[in-house]
Amino acid sequence: MQKINRLENHGLPSGRQTHKHIYTVSEITQVIKGLLEQNVGELWIEGEVSNFKSASSGHFYFSLKDQGALIAAAMFAYANKGLKFKLEDGLKVICFGKIDVYGPRGQYQIIVERVEPKGIGSRQLAFEQLKKKLEQEGLFDLKHKKALPLMPFSVGLVTSIRGAAVRDILQILKKGAPCVDVLIRSVRVQGEQASAEIAAAVEDLNYFGKSDLIIVSRGGGSTEDLWPFNEEIVARAIYNSGLPVISAVGHQINTTLADLAADVFVETPTAAAKIIVDKKNSLIAELAGARHELDFSVTELTSGLKNRLTGLTHTLKSPAERLLEKQQFLDELFSGLNYNMRHTLELAGERSSSLIERLGTLSPLSILSRGYSLSMLMPQGAIVKEAGQIKPGDKLKTVLHKGAFISLVQEVIRDERKNVV
Amino acid sequence: MKEKTSFEEDLKKLQKIVEELSGGKITLGESLKKYEEGVRLAQSCSQTLADAQRKVELLMKKDGKFDLGKFDDSGTEEEK
Repeated sequence: MQKINRLENHGLPSGRQTHKHIYTVSEITQVIKGLLEQNVGELWIEGEVSNFKSASSGHFYFSLKDQGALIAAAMFAYANKGLKFKLEDGLKVICFGKIDVYGPRGQYQIIVERVEPKGIGSRQLAFEQLKKKLEQEGLFDLKHKKALPLMPFSVGLVTSIRGAAVRDILQILKKGAPCVDVLIRSVRVQGEQASAEIAAAVEDLNYFGKSDLIIVSRGGGSTEDLWPFNEEIVARAIYNSGLPVISAVGHQINTTLADLAADVFVETPTAAAKIIVDKKNSLIAELAGARHELDFSVTELTSGLKNRLTGLTHTLKSPAERLLEKQQFLDELFSGLNYNMRHTLELAGERSSSLIERLGTLSPLSILSRGYSLSMLMPQGAIVKEAGQIKPGDKLKTVLHKGAFISLVQEVIRDERKNVV
Repeated sequence: MKEKTSFEEDLKKLQKIVEELSGGKITLGESLKKYEEGVRLAQSCSQTLADAQRKVELLMKKDGKFDLGKFDDSGTEEEK
């Protein structure tokens, strides 16, 4: 009843008392449309996105829902063009728009003019979404990280020459590693143009060559200021860089997408320069170590050789020593031999002299000393043992104990005993 | 620009020589030759690192062409 009355109030055809009014579908739709638009009109609405579709026309169609209800929503291309984040199913949003009735489908819906993620800034959400997307693409994968060169003698620097970063980096390199050349590609590091300039600078330094690595840097600033380093174009340029990239976007805890895409990231420009200084210092230490090891090895080697030489000399000397030993042995043998010989000879001498003595006692001549004499028939010298050997007239030589004499035989007496007796 | 490739190569050669020498499996004549080369390499690498003749330049791009400009970094000491 109330509704009918309301319709009357809206100045729709009256006269229900007199005759029945029959609406066309369009008519009633118009009525409903008018009612809704006038009574509800523009509004803020909170809900979860579902059935999200992006049509080829650029318009978005989706539903907003909560536990109890669902409402169709449309966001036309003109409205969603500037949208920073991506609408997707499940996203909790707050929308501003107006209720509209779409006659051809008999459907009411909300035409969304603006949409904000609920509980999080749209920029933050955009960041999270982009981060997720790039992550899925593998832009942050460790396997794509390039190793920094052993020693970067030439550093490409992408930053603003008016910023604090360039000053910090140059100062530290000058003090700690003055062997490092710096090639600066100056860019804006904040504002609308910044991201495109940063990305282009990374590409330029790659194209120009002559650098060993690139440092992309800016000093600290607000999240807003650092935003260019969160842009997709910057992350991609860093990822695509053939030269290793150090990202040094000076700020607190937040990690930019540039950081994630870089091969190495540090918190401040100073820290980036220190990486290079550290490399230099550790190389200097390594070189000193190598020098030391070289000297050590050669000393080791020569002293080892010396020892071997001494050892060899030793072994070389020993045949001579052995010869001496042999000689000594020989000498010993000789002297032994001599001794033995002498001994033998002495023994023999002793024996022979005693023999001679004994011979002496046995000698007929010694008998002569006892008064015997010895006669020999001359001239033959045959010893006369019996009278029969001689005849008168024979010449005899008689040997006495001392001296001898020659005599002539006068008479021969055959029987000695007769004569003696 | 420095000959960084030769630096890395020299350093690698030096490391190899140090290894060979400490391995002690080469003749005296060889090792003295290696030692001399090692000392030379270490010196030249150290010299490269000790070099203080750095250049700071600005890379500029005009109409797609690169140009190098001087960058005065004398003010990078403590000033500003």
